[in-house]
Amino acid sequence: MSNSFLIILGIIIPLFAALFSYVCRYNNNLRDSFGIIGGLITFVISLKIFHGIQNNEVYQITFFTLFDGVDFAFKVSALGSIFSLVASSLWILASIYTIGYMRGAGEKNQTRFVIFYSIAIHAALAIAWSGNLLVLFIFYEILTFSTFPLVGHKQNAESQSAGRLYLSILVGTSLIFFLPAIFWIWLKTGTLDFQDGGILMNKFPAEYLSFLIAMLVFGIGKAAIMPIHRWLPAAMVAPTPVSALLHAVAVVKAGVFSFLVVVVYIVGPDFLLQTKSSDWLVWLACFTIMASSIIAITKDDLKARLAYSTISQLSYIILGAALASSLALKGASFHIITHALGKITLFFCAGAIYVTAHIKKVSDLKGMGYKLPLIFFAYTLGALSIIGVPPFIGSWSKFYLIMGSIEREFIIVAIILGISSLLNIYYLLQPVVIGFTQNSKKEIKLIKAPLTVWPPLITGLGCLVFFFYANYFLNNISGVIVN
Amino acid sequence: MFDIFLDDAPALVVVLPLLISAIIAFMPSKIWPWIISIITLLLHLFLSLHLLKEISVSGLIIYEFGNWEPPWGISFKIDGVNIGLQLLFSIFVLVSTFYSRKIFLNEIDYRDSGKAYSLWLLAVGSLNGIILTNDIFNLFVFLEISALASISLIALGAGQNRKALLAAFNYLIIGAIGATFYVIGVGFAYAMTGTLNMNDLVIQLAQYSDGQLAIFAGMSFMLIGLMVKAAIFPVHIWLPPAYSYAPSAVSTLLAALATKTILYFFVRLLYEVFIIYPSYLSLFLDFVLYPLSLLAIFIGTVIAIYQDDIKKLLAFSSIAQIGYITLAFSLKDHSGVASGFVHIFNHALIKGGLFMAVGYFAILYKDRVTLNSLKGFGYKYPITSFALLICGLSLIGLPLTNGFISKLYLFQALYTNQMYLSIALVAVSSALAVVYFWKIVEQMWFSEIKFKSEKEDAYIYLPIWIVTISIIVFGIYSTPIIEFSSLSADYLISGYQN
Repeated sequence: MSNSFLIILGIIIPLFAALFSYVCRYNNNLRDSFGIIGGLITFVISLKIFHGIQNNEVYQITFFTLFDGVDFAFKVSALGSIFSLVASSLWILASIYTIGYMRGAGEKNQTRFVIFYSIAIHAALAIAWSGNLLVLFIFYEILTFSTFPLVGHKQNAESQSAGRLYLSILVGTSLIFFLPAIFWIWLKTGTLDFQDGGILMNKFPAEYLSFLIAMLVFGIGKAAIMPIHRWLPAAMVAPTPVSALLHAVAVVKAGVFSFLVVVVYIVGPDFLLQTKSSDWLVWLACFTIMASSIIAITKDDLKARLAYSTISQLSYIILGAALASSLALKGASFHIITHALGKITLFFCAGAIYVTAHIKKVSDLKGMGYKLPLIFFAYTLGALSIIGVPPFIGSWSKFYLIMGSIEREFIIVAIILGISSLLNIYYLLQPVVIGFTQNSKKEIKLIKAPLTVWPPLITGLGCLVFFFYANYFLNNISGVIVN
Repeated sequence: MFDIFLDDAPALVVVLPLLISAIIAFMPSKIWPWIISIITLLLHLFLSLHLLKEISVSGLIIYEFGNWEPPWGISFKIDGVNIGLQLLFSIFVLVSTFYSRKIFLNEIDYRDSGKAYSLWLLAVGSLNGIILTNDIFNLFVFLEISALASISLIALGAGQNRKALLAAFNYLIIGAIGATFYVIGVGFAYAMTGTLNMNDLVIQLAQYSDGQLAIFAGMSFMLIGLMVKAAIFPVHIWLPPAYSYAPSAVSTLLAALATKTILYFFVRLLYEVFIIYPSYLSLFLDFVLYPLSLLAIFIGTVIAIYQDDIKKLLAFSSIAQIGYITLAFSLKDHSGVASGFVHIFNHALIKGGLFMAVGYFAILYKDRVTLNSLKGFGYKYPITSFALLICGLSLIGLPLTNGFISKLYLFQALYTNQMYLSIALVAVSSALAVVYFWKIVEQMWFSEIKFKSEKEDAYIYLPIWIVTISIIVFGIYSTPIIEFSSLSADYLISGYQN
């Protein structure tokens, strides 16, 4: 199978999954199975591409020219191969989980849900493999529009206003800042292609670079840096599979991935290091990390708490990109994987708790640890990984980020990362502590939904196991950093 | 034998529709007026294509009526500036006429269909005259014919909603004021130069190269008159009611082509004639047209957000989009004028498509289309709704649609002129366009009511989809539009730089 064909196949299969789900909409089991099948196939393709990138193979395909110097083209970068691997592998588990959750919670319009879920994955994969910034932008927008029906899924007043907020912030920022920034880059360089080491060096005026960085980081609203973060907590009205796969993995990771790609392949880390035009962003990212951690502590709703935790964790990646040193970039790229694995576990658990016990609030979790031991076990694994405790995979990325900040002599940043870990311990482990230490007098009827229990267990154990195989991923990541 | 016709092609594209309109005016039949119109417009398209062929060989055609040489006789001029527009005009008119039949059958008394198509062809012929004429007084004549024809067409909407009469009357009064301004300006120019031919006017005006108050007054009158006709903010007030209460087919024709042709003449007058007074021109462009365009973009978009009536919403969005075009024209360089022409082409397709789709919805709903009435239409009428979605995304300017190409070139033009504030404003306004467009989408697909899909009329959705597909095709393969536009800009700007 030729390399370019592989790309087309990988991008099209989620669309076919959506199509087949629609065709088989009257047979629930068949309809829901296409998510799993599609996930398996795209996972195999992503894995093959991932290995190919390790062996310096080139995966690219060009369809047609959009305008001068910009083609509709796909080209897999080292960074893209990581993102696609994460998105496609977790899609399999999320599809299994979706079946358990949607049926357990008795949600309506399941066909529409499954279809747009697949389309969102399609957009995420296309973002991962896009060959230039404009193609990335196109699928960035498709991702936004395709997740809108998922956010507003319940179709009540609350979810509708949340959907509007979601769309207006994401589309608005992308049209006001991101697209003009893309035009700006194009007008200065005549191209938008991703190239190792960036394309802006010697072509873009260094004194305006910080302004461009600002347009990009605020334009890529999916990266959820403050003050453009309000859409993410709002999006938590969506059913939990959406929060888990899309708002902990595909959508938000597409945001930080886009920013990382811009830093690594458009601006170029060397150019950033020379001009120091992203140093202000380091402090904004630090502020976001701290502020959202503190907000997370005050949230009693488990999903809202996890949402603010996500905002904080996304800023780790922005921080790494802003530091732009090779260790920091390594940490930021790796954090895409580690945070995805950890956070999807937590969201899976939050959803599983909701389906089985109909509990949304942390304070209601009293004594639930004994009733739902497997879920709480998985939750603890995911939480420990995000906190960054060895031997969990999350410790690696945090380690590299701290090393990166020391490398750039931002000692305060390293300290802030430490404090943030402490806050993580507090707000992520509090549900576990409440679940096992306090007793509730309330009788709670439990519903069995086994399909929601196994996925978090797998990802949770993954957090533990992959700690020992970190080099497997780091091989590709070191391809990202060109010194 | 056929060659005789082809030699007179520049005159025929205008005269043919006018002649046929007289023939079909009193036809009692329901279908014949439409068939004859379609045949006429097919001929029209053929003639336009022939003109394109001629232009690609010779580059310029001056057609003298009755072989009276200019500056005495009336002449038509076809060159790189208007050939692209002529082609777009021909094609779009044909498509919208095809679309119009079922719409007219539903919205007006079938016994009126002869009159309706008579007026329709009258509007088509006169609007085409505006594109081709090389004579400033002849333009006034065409302006008046087109205004009267479109006013009567708008008034036909009275069968649906009596407010159409008021809208038509408004248009009549305001349009008459605009035309009066224009003709006073022409009078001044004629008094000073003794000529009405545009090319001759340039030569004659050269003798007043130091400037004359009477000339400037005349020029100002002409420009203001045309601004009223082209609905440039703040003299746009006739447009929203006129577009929204007219029969849907008429809105489609007017929104897509009427203001565009006048805008074309406006820019031609600016860059071909008034160019001899560069200081006057830059004064007008920098301190009148430029700020007004920015205001139009912003205010038009904001008002559109608060509209409940969809056709009105689209009309206010048109005000903003006309603002984009005039903003581009106010830039005084090749990239600006070219991007203005790009947007004339693209916006004609986008707005045409949107009005077509909404017009169909109006028939299906049998009442005015408001936000509320669109509930569940996405499921009920998926084919048309999907076309509407694509046109709307193009209006916002997302990649892979032709709206994006417009935006790209507008940004480029603004950037080369270092107008960063305008870039910001255009970006914000296109984001605001998401707000009003998404209100429609939300009602259509995400309301709580569910419907089974119903049968749609292929006679109506076919033309809609032709427009929609062209939106996507020109979004991906934009070369033809870019080339026609830059050709137009070449012709116009070469005058500016000499």
